[in-house]
Amino acid sequence: MDNDVPDEMSETEETAAAPASSDAAGEIDLNKEIAESGIEEVLDELDRELVGLAPVKKRIREIAALLLVERMRRQLGLSVEAPTLHMSFTGNPGTGKTTVALRMAEILHRLGFVRRGHLVSVTRDDLVGQYIGHTAPKTKEVLKKAMGGVLFIDEAYYLYRPENERDYGQEAIEILLQVMENQREDLVVILAGYADRMETFFASNPGFRSRIAHHIDFPDYSDAELMSIADLLLHEMNYRFSPEARAAFARYIEARKAQPLFANGRSIRNALDRARLRQANRLVANRSAKLSAEDLITIEPEDILASRVFEIDRAAKADETQ
Amino acid sequence: MRLTQGTFSFLPDLTDSQIAAQVQYCIDNGWAVNIEFTDDPHPRNTYWDMWGEPMFDLADAAGVMAELGKCREIYGERYIRISAFDNSPGWESLRLSFIVNRPENEPGFRLDRQETEGRNIRYTTHAYAAELPEGKRYNGKG
Repeated sequence: MDNDVPDEMSETEETAAAPASSDAAGEIDLNKEIAESGIEEVLDELDRELVGLAPVKKRIREIAALLLVERMRRQLGLSVEAPTLHMSFTGNPGTGKTTVALRMAEILHRLGFVRRGHLVSVTRDDLVGQYIGHTAPKTKEVLKKAMGGVLFIDEAYYLYRPENERDYGQEAIEILLQVMENQREDLVVILAGYADRMETFFASNPGFRSRIAHHIDFPDYSDAELMSIADLLLHEMNYRFSPEARAAFARYIEARKAQPLFANGRSIRNALDRARLRQANRLVANRSAKLSAEDLITIEPEDILASRVFEIDRAAKADETQ
Repeated sequence: MRLTQGTFSFLPDLTDSQIAAQVQYCIDNGWAVNIEFTDDPHPRNTYWDMWGEPMFDLADAAGVMAELGKCREIYGERYIRISAFDNSPGWESLRLSFIVNRPENEPGFRLDRQETEGRNIRYTTHAYAAELPEGKRYNGKG
């Protein structure tokens, strides 16, 4: 049975041996399981549509393999309890945490670990109230909406404010922990945020750490990856760089990375939006009577070089030399 | 006497998984689900107390079932019903309503006859439970 595992499953081949050991209790066709769940499609889509993130994709495949095995164990009556599936996604802004969470919800849904597979994305404001007695109903309301799906708490560490002992965040944390423990089959919670702050958050709330099964770290993108993200985004919007503009954008990425508040993929998206704005401005200002489709889809270097990022970069370099 | 009201009045009491399936049907139709309770069993009693707010925008019945569980903890000795409201006509209209919890002992009703002019008779359904003040009915619990 192991021999006819198709090539695309090679990354999860260590799991293929698992059902063979439970043959005594009955047989399950792994290939059929995979085909039925449609999980390969989601994983392939993840590979195709997300640039880079190799360690994340590897972890997701591992988790998917684990869930698949867990599902087969369940069918053979080998699993007794619902597994803990809560996760924490750590990484800098714009590294794709929300996007991956959406895919995760879909994977969990296809494998039958959540019933609906929707994602409810919240932050502290959605959970914590402003006066006594406001927090519990608010948190419960959100939890009720997330039942059967995935609750994604962005910047989860803001829930805990040690500097104010009367902060209502603690109340929200307690309700969350209770539901995470008691209603594991109804809800999967994903906490997300910066790695270092998450670490302090877990240190002061050990209850969370012990209830989270999977920690996934999202690395920053390399320059080349950011460039392919830019190409992908432009392609989606039916634009493209001229060769000179592409070179200019590579320089832009380098300069932007050195400046504060760099948000990886999100910064790239914003930069492209501004470049489109400048391109439109340039086309209108030129007043050339005839514009070809080529003109309308091409981003020229001047659309990028006009960015303030280069100015700041030059100023910083001038400072250094002085 | 077993009180019957609402959509599934002709069926035996629904089990929790049957209730969850009905609630899921309501949610899938986009209806808001509401939990109410009362200890006045009269069929024309429309003043049931609300358990929290009606639940809008849910995706799964688990949230409603958790609320029902909490309501039963406190008002387990009263009648509890689940109602579903459809707002697609532009106003909230009741689509489905059924009893999901009842007191252990239901003393039932007495029929009072009042002789009036001629040989006419007027009838009143008198709930034995309602002889006691609210909150003291049904074993004094709830």
